[in-house]
Amino acid sequence: MLWACIVLPHLALDGVLRRNPQTGPLVLVSGPVNARSIVSANREAREAGLHVGQRLSAAQALLTRFDAVPYDRDAVDRWHRFLAAVAYRYSSEVSLLPHAIVLEVSRSMGLFGPWPRLEAMLRADLAALGFRHRITAAPTPHAAYVLAGVSDGQAVLTPEAMRRALQGVPIAKSRLPALAAEALPGMGIRSLGQLLALPRDGLRRRFGAELLDVLDRLTGDLPAGLDAYRPPDVFDLRIELMHEVENIASLVFPLRRMTGDLAAYLAGRDGGVQRFTLRLEHRDGRVTEVPVGLLTPEREPGMLFELARGRLDQVQLPEPVLAMRLIARELPPFVPAGRDLFDDRPANALPIDQLRERLRARLGDRAVHQLDSTTDPRPERAQSIAGNPCRSGFSRDASQSASASKASRLKPLLQSIGPRPTWLLDRPIPLRGTEPRILAGPERLETGWWDGGEVCRDYYVVETSLGQYAWAFCAPGEQAGWMLQGWFA
Amino acid sequence: MGAVVALSTLLDAQQVWRGRAAPLPAGEQPTGWAALDDVLPAGGWPPAALSEILLPADGVGELRLVLPSLARLTQGGRTVVIVAPPYLPCVAGWQQQGVDMRRVDIVAAGDSDVAWAMEQCLRSGSCAAVLAWPRQADDRTLRRLQVAADHGQALAFAFRDRKHLPHASPAALRLELEAAPRAQVWVRKCRGGSVPAQPVPLGRALH
Repeated sequence: MLWACIVLPHLALDGVLRRNPQTGPLVLVSGPVNARSIVSANREAREAGLHVGQRLSAAQALLTRFDAVPYDRDAVDRWHRFLAAVAYRYSSEVSLLPHAIVLEVSRSMGLFGPWPRLEAMLRADLAALGFRHRITAAPTPHAAYVLAGVSDGQAVLTPEAMRRALQGVPIAKSRLPALAAEALPGMGIRSLGQLLALPRDGLRRRFGAELLDVLDRLTGDLPAGLDAYRPPDVFDLRIELMHEVENIASLVFPLRRMTGDLAAYLAGRDGGVQRFTLRLEHRDGRVTEVPVGLLTPEREPGMLFELARGRLDQVQLPEPVLAMRLIARELPPFVPAGRDLFDDRPANALPIDQLRERLRARLGDRAVHQLDSTTDPRPERAQSIAGNPCRSGFSRDASQSASASKASRLKPLLQSIGPRPTWLLDRPIPLRGTEPRILAGPERLETGWWDGGEVCRDYYVVETSLGQYAWAFCAPGEQAGWMLQGWFA
Repeated sequence: MGAVVALSTLLDAQQVWRGRAAPLPAGEQPTGWAALDDVLPAGGWPPAALSEILLPADGVGELRLVLPSLARLTQGGRTVVIVAPPYLPCVAGWQQQGVDMRRVDIVAAGDSDVAWAMEQCLRSGSCAAVLAWPRQADDRTLRRLQVAADHGQALAFAFRDRKHLPHASPAALRLELEAAPRAQVWVRKCRGGSVPAQPVPLGRALH
């Protein structure tokens, strides 16, 4: 067993900073209205002399201009769970500890490579998302948690090395129950090594069984007893904007963050998203909804951003936006598009599904389609828009064989019917001009008596005076009153 | 005396006209019309380039000109995109010509978006051929399409009215269709070869 621990020392501040990347002094404050105090301060604020625990009034006396944002416990909780969902990508055993995430990685290393590489991947993910962190690894989750409180980047891979590493940890940083942590230094016990060397009976009499359980979990003699984290089935992210936003262009930065977060979440869940909603919140609870629908599940951050932006660009803002929310409920499994080994397309080719999405984002949801033939012989009903464009990739084989059998069924049918044009008019129009020359026909179509759309027509191929070949019909037996149905282009 | 250029490179680039025509290699993109392939310098459609087809009216055989190529491409599993066609493509008619309609995407676009959509499809590299009927296309637009076709290694076909013939065009190949008195096609410009003096007759069998 090897557990990695990610400690997030500035979770609340990073959550605020990542949505407004400004550089001025910024503090988080909490407490009753008349006694607000600072709970977190960024570097600029600390350099100006502000520190954690300071009263807001004292801070205002020190510094005239700084941003004070209320500390939001729910937001911190949300970010905590979001990062757990990101970490879920690397391990199926993820648990939450205060200000930290632990994950079991001994089995993950078979897939992602040895610990230094896995650690680098975790750090790259967290850095890209904008969260400061400390990462350690140890054979038990609690030991990793304790070591992360002392130093960053420490990895002890064997139980013996872990015991040695724990020896020097001061009591104040060893995350013991509050009673013991206070009393032990007064007894001359200053490090974990000293504490672990003490007789257990005496410790139980002095501090109760609780302390022994904590120590046993630390060394791995007791199971860790952590609740496993389950990623949620709905992605819901809300970003409150610092100012009222009146033009769409200013929403692009938060949108990029949100779609990036969505992609990170989807990667952790190994899923894709097919449909999500951007909800722009205005004053007094009014909202503008921007639905984004995709043909196939996607999870590539650049693609999600581009498509969402395409939809957002078309929105007219009725009033200023205060907050933006991204809700994704349909999270189907993601199947990466497969490519043939001997594919002769250029190497940098955009997959056809992404091309369709790009066209749909600008031209509208129904702009891209395929046509399919029906069994109805009436030209107006002989074809329909195919349900879903043929998905390239893994599902192709199945659909191909199904369609191939259909094509082989259709083949004799196609040979048996008369010539069909290549262009079809939406509805027949009178064929004007001089009397056309008949090239082929008649072919009689008489059907539809059962559904009210009865037709009885004689179809001919005729040539117009301009040299066009037309598919035209007239009433049975007559060769006048030509109605144009299509062109043999 | 400049740099020495190998004679074979000059001949391969077809910049030197030779009195007796050398036998042409089989084209990468045959049109399916043997008589037309014979006169085109590339032995077929210019690969990865824009071809412009000029028409006197709709329905004079412009699709018959390209359908053999589309049938060959779609049966090979490649995608063909049709941007803003003037009429509905008739599935039965296209299938009679051998086109696999499951590989044909139809894109509805307004007049101002046709060139954009066509360029996206060409540039993506995932389409084998893109057909479009641009109404508002100037020299710049066509040049962009030509570059996009080269970038995405796709065949681009722009169908336009015959009235654009006097204007210069960056297309690699310009064909003019004539329906009356007989169906034939004039090669008006072809990159890499001389323009044939005679039109190519176009048979118009219905099946």
